[in-house]
Amino acid sequence: MDSKDYKNVWVFIETAHGEVRNVGLELLNQGRVLADANYEKLIAIVIGKQLDAAAKTVTAYGADEVIVVEGEEYTDYNTDGYTNVMVRLVEKYKPSVILIGATNNGRDLGPRVSCRLATGLTADCTGLEINEETGDVAWTRPAFGGNLMATILCSASRPQIGTVRTGVFKKTQPDFSRTAAIIREEIRTPSEEIRTKIIGFIKAAGETAVNLEEAEIIVSGGRGLGKPENFACIKELAEVLEATVGASRAAVDAGWISPLHQVGQTGKTVGPKIYIACGISGAIQHLAGMSSSDIIVAINKDSDAPIFGVADYGIVGDLFEVVPVLIEEIRKIKAN
Amino acid sequence: MDILVCVKQVPDTAEIKIDPVTNTLIRAGVPSIVNPFDKNALEAAVQLKEAHGGSVTVISMGPDQAKAALKECLSVGADKAVLISDRLFGGSDTLATSYILATAIKKLGKFDLVLCGKQAIDGDTGQVGPEIAEHLGIAQLTFIAKIEVSGEKITVQREHDEGYEVIEAKLPVVCTVIKSINEPRYANIKSKMAANKAVIEVITAADLPEIDLTKIGLKGSPTKVKKTFTPPRKESGIRIQEGTGRESALKFIEKLVVAKLLNRGC
Amino acid sequence: MGNILTAEQKELVEMVRNFAIKEVKPHVKELDESGEFPMELLKPAFEMGLHCLEIPEEYGGAGLDYQTTAAVFEELAKVDAGYAISLVTTFVALRSVIMAGNEAQKKLFADMIIPGAFASFCLTEPNSGSDASSMRASAVKDGDEYIINATKCFVTNGGVADVFVVFASTDKSKGVKGISAFIVERSRPGIVVGKHENKMGLRLSNTTDVAFVDVRVPADHLLGKEGTGFTTAMNTLNVSRAFVGTLAVGICQAAIDEAVKYAIERIQFKKPIGQFQAVQMILADMEIQTEAARQLVHHAMILMDDNKPVVKEGSITKAFCGDTVVKVTTDAVQIFGGYGVSKEYPVEKLMRDSKVFQIFEGTNQIQRIVIAKEMLK
Repeated sequence: MDSKDYKNVWVFIETAHGEVRNVGLELLNQGRVLADANYEKLIAIVIGKQLDAAAKTVTAYGADEVIVVEGEEYTDYNTDGYTNVMVRLVEKYKPSVILIGATNNGRDLGPRVSCRLATGLTADCTGLEINEETGDVAWTRPAFGGNLMATILCSASRPQIGTVRTGVFKKTQPDFSRTAAIIREEIRTPSEEIRTKIIGFIKAAGETAVNLEEAEIIVSGGRGLGKPENFACIKELAEVLEATVGASRAAVDAGWISPLHQVGQTGKTVGPKIYIACGISGAIQHLAGMSSSDIIVAINKDSDAPIFGVADYGIVGDLFEVVPVLIEEIRKIKAN
Repeated sequence: MDILVCVKQVPDTAEIKIDPVTNTLIRAGVPSIVNPFDKNALEAAVQLKEAHGGSVTVISMGPDQAKAALKECLSVGADKAVLISDRLFGGSDTLATSYILATAIKKLGKFDLVLCGKQAIDGDTGQVGPEIAEHLGIAQLTFIAKIEVSGEKITVQREHDEGYEVIEAKLPVVCTVIKSINEPRYANIKSKMAANKAVIEVITAADLPEIDLTKIGLKGSPTKVKKTFTPPRKESGIRIQEGTGRESALKFIEKLVVAKLLNRGC
Repeated sequence: MGNILTAEQKELVEMVRNFAIKEVKPHVKELDESGEFPMELLKPAFEMGLHCLEIPEEYGGAGLDYQTTAAVFEELAKVDAGYAISLVTTFVALRSVIMAGNEAQKKLFADMIIPGAFASFCLTEPNSGSDASSMRASAVKDGDEYIINATKCFVTNGGVADVFVVFASTDKSKGVKGISAFIVERSRPGIVVGKHENKMGLRLSNTTDVAFVDVRVPADHLLGKEGTGFTTAMNTLNVSRAFVGTLAVGICQAAIDEAVKYAIERIQFKKPIGQFQAVQMILADMEIQTEAARQLVHHAMILMDDNKPVVKEGSITKAFCGDTVVKVTTDAVQIFGGYGVSKEYPVEKLMRDSKVFQIFEGTNQIQRIVIAKEMLK
């Protein structure tokens, strides 16, 4: 293998029902930085069904080219179909770098693709830059539950692939006047080669969507809530802020709220603009899942709680006194 | 059904502290534990065995000390434990590790189901499970919250933003499980003592004659760790502690307004 | 104590400690307030086999020695002694059958308990506490059955046990030499469980009256021979006294751990109160007494593991541990000052839990009589 044969930065664009998920757009922005550093092109890879709108979106967010692969069998994400497409595309176009959002689907696809290509994959990155001498990507990622950062290189094999944490990089302002070459590739996967089949979907009981990974604001509750009914005030604060409800492991383990809301090493890793932690002490596993948030607000009775170590605004006080006032005041401000 | 579970012995990351002077990890005295997600995988395996019969084999790649982790697995329902251990395996990244594990699994026999935790709490990559599936050439089901098996068919619930995808596949498959799938049992004292006395089979590189030595260890690993560092500590933020909760809340709102944060999408 | 345990013992102790801290501790405060029996929390203890650690493997137990079992139970008692005593009472009752019964009886009793059930020991009566010779319970032979009539009180596990060891007189003219012991299954007609005692301490344990009204048991449920019941009771008490000692030590250790933490955190006169000698003296005395109590427990356990008599040692252990736990927990409250008596803080509960350790399994006054008798023999 000659590294010189491999060029350009690819971003795998995850879609849901034809709509582009945020993380792909975030990666286009950082992908641009990597591509420019090596004077390469930034190419979006979109797989699914009915992708015209998605192709326009990724163009507006900065892709130089868009490779589109459509097929009935790609309607929903599935490991075998998407892996087949990615591997075939890589073999044909030989990209130097592939960025994949570190969502559940991204972390399902990444290892399967990299393994079939016998190349390196770095998981859940929070930092990406180009090593000036070699032109390789330096992938930086947390390990040991966020206690340690590691910078990883994949110098001798191509493509260099990484899954990248959601919310770490920000998307740019879209420019819908941009144009990009749209390349349509006809790659089909015979149905017998897709070995898993989605036969249904179970919506979490009594819950609306819990899209923590794409949330702009998250209001989370923890052990300090004391009992399940008390989640009501967290939900109310989330409602006035149009935020998503999160939870610490303690609250989930106690059965107060569904595990889909869990933030942290055991749950979801998030990076919203504002993260409000109510009654969460801030165990290292929780911090690992939310410390890349832009602004962290902590409300806790215990002034020594570790959450205050990462908080931009630390309110020492009883959340049952503080949160209702916040709800009331924010409502007033919003009403004006 | 015959189930194989991959486990990793990891340092208890909850116990890891940062030396405030050197700003490095203090690893001494940190207890080694079975990766918590792997315990969920093992519990899932044992429950399936209890329901359908068969066997549960656990494997782990690591140094001799990892036998302690395997013994713990034996005490909570695994029938057989195998350590994959060789100096030649040292320094392997996830691709090389999964290659070694897959080669060992092929040697150990045919399994209907391979179970792994969703990720290890030290490396946090979550890559080894899917990569084993690729090396074995079988399907994978990741982030699984529920498993049901009926004959040759496996039906799972896969974690999704808004709930769970229900997915069907034909065995054999590799499944990686999340914490909410079950509550791992505590060892019975008797089985614990029996496990302490168990002899753990060790598979070395020499036991795997078909293994390609260029694909293992540091040399066989496409990714290399260039450097490690402790994350920069965040500067301490603004502390608000007024006389009452109400006053603190109002003070905070005032700061939000000044910082114009309430205009930003709030 | 860590030093006298082997690596394997330490591993078991640690496993149980982790279990108790993770699964039991979060619920203790609430259960202590409600006085509710933690049946759900005890189920995993059955699964782990904590109710039959020292029971020989041939009867389905884990076959551990007494010493290891004691170390494990100290850990459980650190989290809650009431929780621990439900399990101790169960295996001590089974132990009494193993000591006094025949093979069929041992198997009968073990098969009921080992899969996960409580047992209970019915000795004390409203008018027969320290004085066993005044026992009113009677067992009358009727063909190949005995008819038992008894009113027993302060029965640990009374409301939850599946099987009882019941003491009743088969010949009242003989005093204690007329007392016999019987295995009585809960399912037999005529057993009436009274109200759960609203106790000062050990509130997670179930304590009730149990009345036996014309309860018929087959004659083969008699343990040993008629008239050997008192000996069975005394032999069993020797074992239970040492175990009660280890629970007391667990409470002491919990009190010390809390007191030390508080002495480091609490600032008065601009320094942690632990820096004052007045507080240091109290802490050191708590430690001295607790460590001495622990060594007495382990000494008694080693003797029992060696099949040596522990009549005097059991009583010494029980009396010393019982007095110590009252003293040490009271001192812990003292270190906490005003906060010590608040239910928001953990030490008042330990003090409440401690008092009964001077009372049950033979009051500490009775223990001293036993000790003196052994000395003057």
